[in-house]
Amino acid sequence: MPLLYIIVFKYAPMLGNIIAFKQYSITKGMFGSPWAGFTHFERFFNSHEFWRLLTNTLSISFYTLLASFPFPILLALGLNYVKNERFKKTVQMVTYAPYFISLVVVVGLLFQFLDPRTGIVNHILGWFGVDPINFMGEASMYQTIYVGSYVWQNVGFACIIYLAALAGIDPSLHEAAVMDGANKVQRMRHIDIPGIMPIAVILLILNTGQMMETGFEKILLMQNSLNLRTSEVIDTYVYKVGLVSQAMNFSYATAIGLFKAAIGFVLLIVVNQTAKKVGQESLW
Amino acid sequence: MQQHSTIRESGSDKAFTIVNYVILSIVLLIILYPLIYVVSASFSSSYAVLSGKVWLWPVEPSLDGYKAVFKNKNILTGFQNTVFYTIAGTLINVIMTILAAYPLSRRDFNGRNVFMLIFVFTMMFSGGLIPTYFVVKELHMIDTVWAMLIPTALSVWNVIIMRTYFQTTIPHELLEASQMDGCNDFRFLRSIVLPLSGPILAVIALFYAVGHWNQYFNAMIYLKDPELYPLQLILRDILVQNEVKIDMLGDVKTAAARQGLRELLKYSLIVVSSVPLLIVYPFVQKFFVKGVMIGSIKG
Repeated sequence: MPLLYIIVFKYAPMLGNIIAFKQYSITKGMFGSPWAGFTHFERFFNSHEFWRLLTNTLSISFYTLLASFPFPILLALGLNYVKNERFKKTVQMVTYAPYFISLVVVVGLLFQFLDPRTGIVNHILGWFGVDPINFMGEASMYQTIYVGSYVWQNVGFACIIYLAALAGIDPSLHEAAVMDGANKVQRMRHIDIPGIMPIAVILLILNTGQMMETGFEKILLMQNSLNLRTSEVIDTYVYKVGLVSQAMNFSYATAIGLFKAAIGFVLLIVVNQTAKKVGQESLW
Repeated sequence: MQQHSTIRESGSDKAFTIVNYVILSIVLLIILYPLIYVVSASFSSSYAVLSGKVWLWPVEPSLDGYKAVFKNKNILTGFQNTVFYTIAGTLINVIMTILAAYPLSRRDFNGRNVFMLIFVFTMMFSGGLIPTYFVVKELHMIDTVWAMLIPTALSVWNVIIMRTYFQTTIPHELLEASQMDGCNDFRFLRSIVLPLSGPILAVIALFYAVGHWNQYFNAMIYLKDPELYPLQLILRDILVQNEVKIDMLGDVKTAAARQGLRELLKYSLIVVSSVPLLIVYPFVQKFFVKGVMIGSIKG
């Protein structure tokens, strides 16, 4: 049964990608529609949207990757040296919590807090004589808000894995270091960080491989006509072209989606090969 | 003063400890404050929220927001739908995951690697939004509850986690012994493997449940009948699209009061929709480390 599911819902759509090479029309169906070769791809590469979509997709992904990588590690390192169990438990409990809040609510919170008239952030800025800023309408701030709220939501959960890795480090290493007069900062640098490196590298590979999978659902929620310039990514564009717009163009949208999936696939393989060469861990 | 064996805090270590606590406390506040603010705002009066008087504790406590939430028929239907999707969906997920993970964990399963490859490949290359939509459409699932349950029936990532758990914790000898006693595979799975897998089942079920509870995108593209809408979709209309219908606000007359209640309603709604998961999760929290760790051992 699970195999059936995989075939129907994962492999059938892959096959369905052939409509990217066709001029799909509902009346003729998937197999009856005439072939169109690579015209949809050409149209996309030549369209004025192409470079904007690609740069937005890549910059949001890179930004998220860079910002979300160090914070969980730092949090885990910090927590690891907390002796007060109660404090440690509290911090863990609270930092995990946002992970369970839905994207819709997180985006809703952003709207509430950043609202130019009633939002708390603008109230605070008001004390310093700053005029209300319509944060969600500023294209230049979109990506920072996106990444910031991403880190807020995920830092605690992502740090679990590092905490577990830290707990797995042989305590005798620390004892020996203390004997030799190493202080905590030195121990952190020379014992803890090398100890969690392998896992950090694996996670970095995994995340890089997923880079083209931008947080599509959240990006879509945060979008509005004012910030579209920096918020439109390939995924949201596919969604709009394929399922929302009046003149639904399934073939064109599928072609764009396929292009993205292909890049993602190549990226994953390249990253993994690089990691292998460098002599670090690899996924397979 | 007694000194603790060899571990004596030097000056720099003390400074480190203090800095560490301060930083962690700041992190704690940054993450906690928005949550507290929402809860406090939801219990305040609409006037206090609008004029920005709420900082930490509720100001002019009132339950107006909650009254508006529970009077609303759409929200209640959405809530019921979400509860149904979450329970039914998670049940399907867990059963499917076990059925996929257990055979893949058996060393004597012929062609295991081929099947594993078939599963893993889908993690690296996906069919894309439009073709998937067509499959769901061809199966006539559009605008039925099935569209919320079946397309998300299995996550390969969770299959791998569970497979790894089965492989590392269920000794091969147990299987041999029970086969000797004439136990078939299904019975072995039911009476030996599953009872030994409590923690991982809890974690996986929670992951799936969170996914279902917070799902809005599939609902948005597959459902058209408002009677089937899950809570998240209604939340999206209210919180993000800012579409609060006048009748939701009841008999409030003035525009200003209406605007206030609208904001208040949002905060109350956020609390109502997020609390169920936040209540469940501390009970499962202790299994997390184990679950997440196993998944990372070998992807």
